[in-house]
Amino acid sequence: MPGITREEVAHLARLARLELKDEELDHFAGQLDDIIGAVARVSEVADQDVPPTSHPLPLTNVMRADDIRPSLTPQEALSGAPAQEQQRFKVPQILGED
Amino acid sequence: MTAELIKLTAAEIAAKIASGEVTAVQVTEAHLARIEAVDEKVNAFLHVDREGALAQARAVDEKRARGEKLGPLAGVPLALKDIFTTKGIPTTVGSKILEGWIPPYDATLTQRLKAADVVILGKTNMDEFAMGSSTENSAYGPTGNPWDLTKIPGGSGGGSSAALAAYEAPLAIGTDTGGSIRQPAAVTGTVGVKPTYGAVSRYGMVAFSSSLDQGGPCARTVLDAALLHEAIAGHDPLDSTSIDAPVPPVVEAARNGDVKGMRIGIVKQFRGEGYQAGVLQRFDESVELLKELGAEVVEVDCPSFDLALAAYYLIAPSECSSNLARFDAMRYGLRVGDDGTKSAEDVTALTREAGFGDEVKRRVILGTYALSSGYYDAYYGSAQKVRTLITRDFEKAFGEGGVDVLISPTTPTTAFPIGERADDPMAMYLADLCTIPTNLAGNAAMSLPCGLAPEDGMPVGLQIIAPAMADDRLYRVGAAVEAAFTARWGHPLLEEAPSL
Repeated sequence: MPGITREEVAHLARLARLELKDEELDHFAGQLDDIIGAVARVSEVADQDVPPTSHPLPLTNVMRADDIRPSLTPQEALSGAPAQEQQRFKVPQILGED
Repeated sequence: MTAELIKLTAAEIAAKIASGEVTAVQVTEAHLARIEAVDEKVNAFLHVDREGALAQARAVDEKRARGEKLGPLAGVPLALKDIFTTKGIPTTVGSKILEGWIPPYDATLTQRLKAADVVILGKTNMDEFAMGSSTENSAYGPTGNPWDLTKIPGGSGGGSSAALAAYEAPLAIGTDTGGSIRQPAAVTGTVGVKPTYGAVSRYGMVAFSSSLDQGGPCARTVLDAALLHEAIAGHDPLDSTSIDAPVPPVVEAARNGDVKGMRIGIVKQFRGEGYQAGVLQRFDESVELLKELGAEVVEVDCPSFDLALAAYYLIAPSECSSNLARFDAMRYGLRVGDDGTKSAEDVTALTREAGFGDEVKRRVILGTYALSSGYYDAYYGSAQKVRTLITRDFEKAFGEGGVDVLISPTTPTTAFPIGERADDPMAMYLADLCTIPTNLAGNAAMSLPCGLAPEDGMPVGLQIIAPAMADDRLYRVGAAVEAAFTARWGHPLLEEAPSL
């Protein structure tokens, strides 16, 4: 399997919302290439007819009763907010100006 | 008085408080004094809640004065891994991104500890977001191993294991995604248990890899771990993956250690290159001991275990890259670069760059890669197949193999020097070679001390692995091994640790 390039790491970092510095890209690219080289071993089983396991417990759609129960007050829910206004989380601009 | 109190087991402390020989406040003060005296060197705690701990202790003493019945761990101090939310007390997960965050709610585990009248002394250091095997990935500096402060105390729960080994607390809580309870226990000469997946609620436990993460007990004795296990396990409607079934009889098992007539399997794969000679020597002695105690020991072949580490380092980063998306600088935690000119997306990226450490960034990128189209089937898909094959290897051993428990060394080596593997991820990952299969399959495992490696004088851990929902077997075998070794050594292993 192919390794990973510095450009690919930069692309993945953007997808993952990580504003990496140039020296980090240099540093991580080599390390990630080594790690991917090692974990690629799993492809040994790629052709085997084995069902995948995503979770140790065979659970689907666990429901709880639709009861009213105590929850956080707005003040508590906002207590860790970096910025707030009128009982809401205040966030930077999410849409372009135009 | 103080020196005596900190060396007691949790069971002994609870008995002395119940009988009135000591008060819970005296016990808590003794441990707070110990923390004051040694934690500058050890750095096990990120936050000590002196006032809260003393208030909890006073409440226990008042309860007793009123003649109310006390629970089996009432008044016993505990060190809580800083991954569980604590209302009004900082919770950082060892990360800068949550520095100064005060959770508005308690994790279910925190609530259960309080309901059991356990005294929470504070929050312990850990690898950032529980990613690591040495506690060096903490944003708040490394923790020292009380056996040798220049060496790592294991990770991610190195703060919890070090607090136990340094007599700062008789009980601690850890979480185990790939070995983060068992590996720290092994390298500090303490006891740690990863319960069956779903046994202990994950509500309020900051998520790393949700299909693997499991909270569990850490202690200096098998019985203490069992008492704590019983206090924290059980169904929680707030965690949809919590098991709705009775907790196995772990305390009864810990009080009745016995391996006579048991069939114990040695995992063939956990040996060979990369294993320290002294670790294998102590492991082989443990095998001989089990035979002397009346167990039948057989070798078991688990061929898929050879792929466990590779599968784990695809599955865990994949899940973490998704879970850590919640750290977006919008609702809680750090926010960087919000100067009125930048978009929310840019602020998120700048904040994550500033708030996450190297290992977290590596894993987020690795997970993003493994889940991206084009690579998904080859990497994540194959890793999930490996997970099935590993589960089948366990089922075969416990099923047609007729084995009651499996055993192995907990770790390939003893504690390594701080700094040695800090920037060598692949070397660091090898520390979890023997512990990972259990996380992938979701069954239960324990690590307990089995001696010191002759070449470096550092503790070696014996791992015991049981089928899912048979956690009691860990305690039955663990208690027998512990009793026999303690009799042979003439004292608990930890007595041989240098005084701090």
